[in-house]
Parts: sequence; C-alpha cells; structure tokens
Amino acid sequence: MNHAPRNLFCSSVGKKYLMAGTGAAMVLFVIGHMAGNLQMFLGPEAINRYGHFLQSNVELLWPVRLSLLAIISVHIWSAAKLTQENRAARPSAYEQWQPTAASYASRTMLMSGIIVGIFIVYHLLHYTVMVKAVNFAGTDFHSLTDPEHRHDIYRMVVIGFQQPLVSLFYIVGVGLLCLHLSHGMSAMFQSLGWKNRACGPCLDRAARWGAVVIFLGYVSIPISILLRLIQ
Amino acid sequence: MNLTLKVWRQKDARSQGRLETYQAANVLADMSFLEMLDVVNEELIAKGGEPIAFDSDCREGICGTCSMMINGIAHGGLRGTTVCQLHMRHFHDGDTIVIEPWRARAFPVIKDLVTDRGAFDRIIQAGGFVSVNTGGTPDANALPVGKTEADRAMDAAACIGCGACVAACKNASAMLFVSAKVSHLASLPQGRAERERRVLNMVRVMDESGFGNCTVTGSCEAVCPKEISLDFIAQMNREYGQAILKNSGPRQSKGGD
Ligand code: FES
Repeated sequence: MNHAPRNLFCSSVGKKYLMAGTGAAMVLFVIGHMAGNLQMFLGPEAINRYGHFLQSNVELLWPVRLSLLAIISVHIWSAAKLTQENRAARPSAYEQWQPTAASYASRTMLMSGIIVGIFIVYHLLHYTVMVKAVNFAGTDFHSLTDPEHRHDIYRMVVIGFQQPLVSLFYIVGVGLLCLHLSHGMSAMFQSLGWKNRACGPCLDRAARWGAVVIFLGYVSIPISILLRLIQ
Repeated sequence: MNLTLKVWRQKDARSQGRLETYQAANVLADMSFLEMLDVVNEELIAKGGEPIAFDSDCREGICGTCSMMINGIAHGGLRGTTVCQLHMRHFHDGDTIVIEPWRARAFPVIKDLVTDRGAFDRIIQAGGFVSVNTGGTPDANALPVGKTEADRAMDAAACIGCGACVAACKNASAMLFVSAKVSHLASLPQGRAERERRVLNMVRVMDESGFGNCTVTGSCEAVCPKEISLDFIAQMNREYGQAILKNSGPRQSKGGD
C-alpha cells in the first residue's frame, strides 16, 4: 500500500514539508523575477528583448505559469489547513501572554502572507493582464510597442510606477513579502529537517539578509522611477 | 515581600474559570514559587476557603509535574528552570503576578492550575517498543555507541514532559516534546530498528490529540526547563521524511502500540 500521500497531505509534519517545498520553489521564482526586473537599469532594449523572449516561448511560459499556480495553491491550501488546526489547538486564550523568543515575522506569517497574496493579484492585473482600469495612468498598456514591434515593457513599467500610490502599494507589498521571507527562508530548512545548531544561526542571518537584498532589489525600480533616475 | 496574585480558579473541567485576586503577605525571598503558593493556600484553608489546586511532585526540577504560566510565560521565564525551582528572589515587593494553567485543547483543565496531560502518555505509548534480544547478558561493548550519539541521545532524554513547550507555543504544538522522544531513541542503535514506525505513530497520535503545528517560532525552546533544542524538531522532521521515502505505513505490525 502506498502510504506516502497520506503521510504527506494529512499529517502535521507532512503539511509543513509541503509548505517548505512550495515556499522554496517560490523563493527561487522571486529571485529569478528580481534578476529579470533589474534589467530595467540596462535600458529599454534589454528588458524588452527579455520580455519578448519569455512571451514568445509559449511552450515554456504556460507550463511555468501553471506550475507556479499549482505551487501557490498547495502553499495556500496547507497554510489554511495548518492555521485552522493551530487555532483549534488553543480554544481558550491566555489572560496574559508573552511571545517568548518568537520574532515578529514568525508570528505574523499568516497576515503577511494574505496581504502579499492580494498584492500579487493586483500586480498580475496591473502588468500581466494589463487591465487599464487598475493602472491609474489612463494608458492602455497593450498599446505600448517599441520600434521593433515588441511589447514596450520599459515604457509600461515607467508609466506604471510614475503613479505614486501604485508604487507605494508595490513597496508595501514587497516589504511584507520580504518580512514573510525573513522567517520563511530559514524556517523551511527546519521543516525539511536540514537545520541544526551549527548551521541554524547562520541560516537565520542569511534569511534576514537575503530578505533585505530582495527588498532592495525590487524597490530600487519604483524608487528610481519616482526619482526620475529611470524615465 | 508582599505580592498580589491573580490566579485562575476553575472548579472543574466543565465550569467557567476566572482570575481571582489574592494577597500574599510576608513572602520570603528564599521560598520557591510553589512554597509561596503553599503559604497562600494555608491561609485560604485557615479562612475556610478552597485552596488553589496545582500540580507538583519532586519539587527539585526533575519530574515535570509542576506546570503553570506566570505572567504569560511558561514556568515563569527563568531560563532552564521549572516552577518548583523558581525562587521568589526573582520577584519584587509589590509585584502583581498572574498565574494561569497551560492552555491547549489537548491539555484540558481539570481544576484551577491542574491540567490533564495524558495526551503525552498516549504519544509515548504510540512510540511502541525497542527491540531487545533475549539470551544471556550482552557484553559491555557489544553495541558500540559513539560519544556524540550518546550525548545527543542524553540531551534529548533530558525532556521531563512538563508540557511547557505546548503552553508557550502560539499554536499549542507538541513538536518539541515529541521530537525529543523520537530523537532520543533514533539516535541510539537500540532504537533504530523501529525508527520509521515510531516517528509515524507518534506524529499520528500527536495530530489526533489536537496539538497544533510547528511554525518554528522558537518559543518552546526558550521556555523549556531542560533547554531541549529545536535541533530535535529538525531531526524528527528528517526522520519523518525518511519514513515517507521508505513508504512506511503508520502501523506495520500488531503489538507494540
Ligand atoms: S515538581 Fe517535579 S519538576 Fe517541578
């Protein structure tokens, strides 16, 4: 009999494996996406060519999109299940409570996760589906093309982030993502059983610094646009 | 010193409880926390009141029976110390101290500060047996155990099963306790034969008992009177992963559990 699916999907430890595994996959995506975005600093040619390369490889694009969707679904499903069980595990709250040793990020994973989820939906509508109503710039992003008849991602991002509120929401969204990652990127090693006293403190520090680097990498773009360093 | 105590009073498992205020007068700095409660109880009895029910046994920090939240921290927040070993010199004259029982679905309150921690016994039971060969007395070093493994097993075995890890965890998770027990036996050659079955069964009963999940906040380790390390949770997660990869079932044989 095959016991693995039951052990993986129904046990507490198994669901944490799913959280960690899907989380790790998304961290890789977040890093790759950041590297791609930073081509904004190389000018229109670099980012538009990169965008065109991704968009034109439908055989690659859709499998990646669908896998990401599946990964996110498993992450959200196990988060919902685990949270439900955690809430049920303490039906009556303490009159007085001090969160000993637990970091702010570790205690707010659910909230940061939910807000990041909402942010990602907006972000997709904004730049991927390019719904005109949500960009607040009044420009139809579909209509932007560069001299080589490729989609002009460079202009789209510049126009998009010139809206201060859009940029602000982006910065807050990425900030919460990085708060989430500052705990998640080291906790995933613990959940998968790959952490110990020797490497633990180092992993914790790496996760925090990694989160800072990711944050700076992402927000450098809207900030440069707002400061007119990119235009 | 004189203290104000706010103590959780609850008649039995079914009644509603609430915090009641008591004055503890002339508390000596050398008293342990439990001795201070004994004095308060004597006064209560003298006045014809119902004494505060709390658990204790060895009163020397080795049995894990004493258990209470003091000012929102399991065992009162002195590192590596059970309530019975917590002395009143860590408090100041005029302090207000809030005392509550462990709170978790798996640890129902029986009375006042006393909870039923039988779920831990059921998890231990689910762990099953350790194979021992019959026959003559084995030679002393027939089964070599390396120093590091022996130390590791001893560190895990230090767990006294008090339940502070569950009490301190925001999810009321028992992972630190269960992982100490799993790691203790999995670190020794005697316990390795049944390692997959053991971890699967113990985790299953842990889940069924209604404990929460680990979100790696580290609160459990911080309050543990025996300073059991989060490493053991990682070790248990690894054991569980191996059991999944080997496709073990939760129960492979009758008997044992
Ligand atoms: S009474 Fe035994 S550990 Fe406190």
